[in-house]
Amino acid sequence: MNNIVIFPIIIPVIFGMIMIIFRKRLKLQRYLSLISMAAVGIVTVYLMLQVKSEGIQTLHLGGWVAPFGVTMVVDMLAALLITTTSIVAFCCLLYAFRTIGTERENFYFYPLFLFLITGVIGSFMTGDVFNLFVCFEVMLVASYVLISLGGTKIQLRESIKYILINILSSFLFLVAIAFLYAMTGTLNFAHLSLRVAEVGQDGLMTTVAILFLIVFSLKAGLFLFFWLPGAYSAPPTAISAIFAALLTKVGIYAIVRMFTLVFYHEPEVTHLFIGILAAITMVLGAVGAVAFWDIKRILTYNVIVGVGFILAGVASFTTVGMTGALYYLIHDMIVKALIFLLGGTVIYLTGTSNLRDLSGLIRLHPQLGWMFFIAALSLSGIPPLSGFLGKLFISEGTFEAGYFWLGAIGLFTSLMVLYSIMKVFMNAFWGYTVIKEEEEQGTTAGLLLPIGILTALTIALGIGTQAIHEYVDLAVEVLMNPSFYIEAVLGLNPKP
Amino acid sequence: METLMCLLVGVLFSIGTYLILTKSLLRIILGTSIIGHGVNLLIITMGGLKKGGPPLLGLKNLTYTDSLPQALLLTAIVINFATTALFLVLSYRAYIVLGTDDTEQLRGKEDE
Repeated sequence: MNNIVIFPIIIPVIFGMIMIIFRKRLKLQRYLSLISMAAVGIVTVYLMLQVKSEGIQTLHLGGWVAPFGVTMVVDMLAALLITTTSIVAFCCLLYAFRTIGTERENFYFYPLFLFLITGVIGSFMTGDVFNLFVCFEVMLVASYVLISLGGTKIQLRESIKYILINILSSFLFLVAIAFLYAMTGTLNFAHLSLRVAEVGQDGLMTTVAILFLIVFSLKAGLFLFFWLPGAYSAPPTAISAIFAALLTKVGIYAIVRMFTLVFYHEPEVTHLFIGILAAITMVLGAVGAVAFWDIKRILTYNVIVGVGFILAGVASFTTVGMTGALYYLIHDMIVKALIFLLGGTVIYLTGTSNLRDLSGLIRLHPQLGWMFFIAALSLSGIPPLSGFLGKLFISEGTFEAGYFWLGAIGLFTSLMVLYSIMKVFMNAFWGYTVIKEEEEQGTTAGLLLPIGILTALTIALGIGTQAIHEYVDLAVEVLMNPSFYIEAVLGLNPKP
Repeated sequence: METLMCLLVGVLFSIGTYLILTKSLLRIILGTSIIGHGVNLLIITMGGLKKGGPPLLGLKNLTYTDSLPQALLLTAIVINFATTALFLVLSYRAYIVLGTDDTEQLRGKEDE
């Protein structure tokens, strides 16, 4: 029992509710949202240190002990992801101050943003399948409003498709939960793990596992990503950046949790299936990224490639592959936010997202150009930036598991990613400068700060990997040995 | 009883799927709503029906009713209600702004 565990969830909720009261005080709302994200970050780092020294932290809400009540669990994986979430959200908020516009700010942009973060953090922390569904819904309802906020034609059109597909996947989620409850009689992750291990993962159980996989694939954009490019390119930059950085990652987290803790008995069926889906996702995403000439489209297809690559590491189900997946997950959250903010800035300055109309921006905005270059290299995993280590470990993991085709596809698609993102860089920043400074639609004042923070972070993560090495190892240890998690939650013997 | 309920859930799902595959937005929303009811019935069925006992485990009672699916169901209904309301409002707004509720025309062009 540790009451601090609840703080990362309730801080954004309470701040968001306070902001609804002070609807017209935009300046106050800005400060409050920044403070709440910083507070979440600080609390989580404190929790992370506690997890490191004392083992997994749990909180049984209302005093109802584990299999009966709802449990909040912070293991190292959750702590790492929540910390990254708070940093990314902080930077996207800084970016939103300058670009989102008073019209959206007046209609509850900041409270909605915080509720979205609440749902994301709640999903990372929950120790109960049904509570995972509830946190998903908190996140999704906030995202429905954020994606349509402003009400332009393209936003309305895309948000309808986005809502429909997510409502359907939520129903499938409920169906899967109902079947799982009928077969095991419990909903707590730890208890589920025990029960599934007891009765054995037979064909029926594996079918339910695949149903869960379909649900989370829809959220994560694994293979079932047809809704993603449209939905993520419709809203303004700050919103699409936070979507690209966080929403798909929640789906990935759910897959990781489910298939390492509960349904890990038949890896030759479930994990191979994840691997095949990941391979198809990577290929299709890379083809999309190479084919388009529109910045937003190229970036959204890069999100899809990233999802496939992380799950390739998960599919290998080896310690090395899992370590790589975790490194890459953290890297991907940061660098996807970064590249979306950079691409959004280019569009914001020039007013067009068509690469054929862009040229020579580096003469006017050297810092922006160089940061784009660094982000592009990091995205495709060039050492010493943050993407490299994850890529190395994931490839190693897939080779170790004997999925050579998967590793080969992963490496080949990262070349295509490099090509696609360099295409953006060369067309937008090289060549003759066709646009004059006074013709630009806005300035980069204030925009370079969040971008700079994220760029510094991707460099620091690449060079200083040693600093988080210990934490990632601890997280992977828990993932590969479900008994640690079970003991911590069910209170048998709480140790790492 | 459980078998009958499962068949009913199947019927609701097929009607909902049929409605979602049509072109009109309002029919699609009704389809999601019907599937939602199917899901709710499924959850309550999975807990076991008509056991005839109170939802308490006592010494005198031989059976008890599992109350957890009912708690899940309430939460699911509330969330379903909220998303359906939001979806309805949004589709009305989209109809006003875009001038159509035909999904064929909501597809969008590539070069926008």
